Amino acid sequence: MASITLNNLVKQYGDGFPAVNDVSIDIADGEFLILVGPSGCGKSTLLRMIVGLEDITSGDLLIDGKRVNEKAPRDRNLAMVFQNYALYPHLTVFENIAFPLRLAKGRHSEAEVQRLVTEAAKTLELTDHLQRKPGNLSGGQRQRVAMGRAIVRQADAFLFDEPLSNLDAKLRGQMRSEISQMQRRLGVTSVYVTHDQTEAMTLGDRVAVLKKGELQQIASPRELYEQPVNLFVAGFIGSPSMNFLPATLEGNKLKTPVGDIEVSEEKVRVAEGKRVVLVGIRPEYFEDASMVDDSKRQQGSTFTAELTHTEWLGNEQYGYIKFDPDPEVRDLLDNLAREMDADELRPQIVVTLDAASRIRGGRPAELWLDTRKIHLFDPGTGENLTRDAAAGAALTEEANAARAEEIADARERDAATKQQAS
Amino acid sequence: MKNSSTKEKVTWAVISVLVLLYALFPVASILATSFKQPSDLTTGKFLPTEWSTVNYEQILVGDAQGLFLSSLRNSIGIALIATFIAVVLATLCAYAIARLDFPGKKMILTTALAVSIFPVISIVTPLFNLWRTIGLYDTWPGLIIPYLSLTLPISIWTLAAFFRQIPWELEQAAQVDGATTWQAFRKAIVPLAAPGVFTTAIIAFFIAWNDFVYGISLTSTEAARPVPAALAFFTGASQFEEPTGAISAAAIIVTIPIVLLVLLFQRQIVSGLTQGAVKG
Repeated sequence: MASITLNNLVKQYGDGFPAVNDVSIDIADGEFLILVGPSGCGKSTLLRMIVGLEDITSGDLLIDGKRVNEKAPRDRNLAMVFQNYALYPHLTVFENIAFPLRLAKGRHSEAEVQRLVTEAAKTLELTDHLQRKPGNLSGGQRQRVAMGRAIVRQADAFLFDEPLSNLDAKLRGQMRSEISQMQRRLGVTSVYVTHDQTEAMTLGDRVAVLKKGELQQIASPRELYEQPVNLFVAGFIGSPSMNFLPATLEGNKLKTPVGDIEVSEEKVRVAEGKRVVLVGIRPEYFEDASMVDDSKRQQGSTFTAELTHTEWLGNEQYGYIKFDPDPEVRDLLDNLAREMDADELRPQIVVTLDAASRIRGGRPAELWLDTRKIHLFDPGTGENLTRDAAAGAALTEEANAARAEEIADARERDAATKQQAS
Repeated sequence: MKNSSTKEKVTWAVISVLVLLYALFPVASILATSFKQPSDLTTGKFLPTEWSTVNYEQILVGDAQGLFLSSLRNSIGIALIATFIAVVLATLCAYAIARLDFPGKKMILTTALAVSIFPVISIVTPLFNLWRTIGLYDTWPGLIIPYLSLTLPISIWTLAAFFRQIPWELEQAAQVDGATTWQAFRKAIVPLAAPGVFTTAIIAFFIAWNDFVYGISLTSTEAARPVPAALAFFTGASQFEEPTGAISAAAIIVTIPIVLLVLLFQRQIVSGLTQGAVKG
């Protein structure tokens, strides 16, 4: 178990292109950190720098306070799970898991190897497959063998490089919870790279969002969702993603393409003096006005818009509103979409409605918007003007406390089962 | 695949038989000739009138024994050494080509290709003069070195194709798991590349084994003369007798190891060749 510290890490390739630019992160002992971002954001490169497969151009990498920049991968005592598992096809499952133990010559007796591998196999439910070759295993089983190779050797930290992206959706969900539980049980520091934000939000104690090699924000999933630091993070986290509407301030009203939104004084203050601001509204901040209680209605603003169509999903439904931004804003939104790896962002607003709502496409509908939760962004810099740093920090603090509790619980349970067994 | 109709099957069978006949008739003819007595050679019949092992006796225990057995020893020794050196060098070279990015990588591959298509006959004469001056003429190294020029290029090309299809992540995983670069290569890459290395070794061995031009030009005595060259020096029992029978018997004997090799390892050879070719 170890803490990992990244101090101003930079990775520059031969042509001077910085794949990772000045990234500093403190990963606490036992923490589950997620690196997330669109493809090409440098998240995998960063992971490979930590494990030692990629040279560090400048900056310091510390494991447990000791600088390891120049150490070879084998001397860092980290375990890594690769995207395509990297199992040795000529070895049986047993030998694959035993591989790291056999490399540390003389440190483990044959009986010990046997015991450690069997134990790891039991944890991962691979006992029946120990004598098979990886080629005959299913995707999920291969994934577990790769994890077995990591947990068998008591490494200081686990590094995962998109470990679930080769699995089908159902298996992915199952493996996700297995990884999460295993990490809690072992209490081992983990760094996990993914481009899937569901994985990022569900697995991570903290999530680091990267864009073009630069760290945008690192915080608990909830803080990222509720207090994003800029347009990019706001747009990247959440699905369907946040809606961005250009708006101009008039009195205490924001004039947007879909109608006027009344906002609080605080928000008026930050928007003052700006010609245009971008209003960031998550789909679930909207609701069918007829479904909102009167008491709640006061906290938001009601407006009328025409939905093009709705999609009913059972537990909720999505509605779509088209709007026509001016070319300047349109460029901005297109740019944002490109950065987030999406296709061109269509100028439409997604709203989440109650499943029982009778609103249908093609007719004007009355919608309610919870204005307390909306964020205002500076269209030039992308900065979130309404971010409440203190509230955000509190959310992350909360998550940290919850994690510490969970790990303690898991260890207690572990100790209890061990006592029972003995 | 759909089931082929009877007509198709028959057509294929006929074609196969024709090809087999065409390919195997010379071998059968040599086999038959090797069992003929000298007097039987000119009868014009395919099969010997009386089966006799006189030719085999002649080359294995009789007059031609010295000539044949020493050349057999030379051939085996020289071909094995040339193969071994070529495969070891080519493995390291191909690994570097597949894994590393260094200046001149393209050059090495192009040069290897150029060397392999260079006509052997055009360098034999200069080599003959050079070898005589520096004392390599009629020695084992004198043949091993030119054989390397034949076996190395093809080995490098096949192996480079082979290494390229082994995922790099296997090696990286091994390194993270605690292996040195050399251990990662030996424990993760070599076992996977074994079929490729094996195929390459067999191909290289055939090339060295079959060579005639270098064998006859760069040797003069039994010290280094390989079998293909030695066959040309066979004489009949008297000067009026053709040594055809003895040559046939020797040809059969040198073919046997090759046939055995191919039969034993045909699966590895086929998988090695196709893997390198398709995915490389």
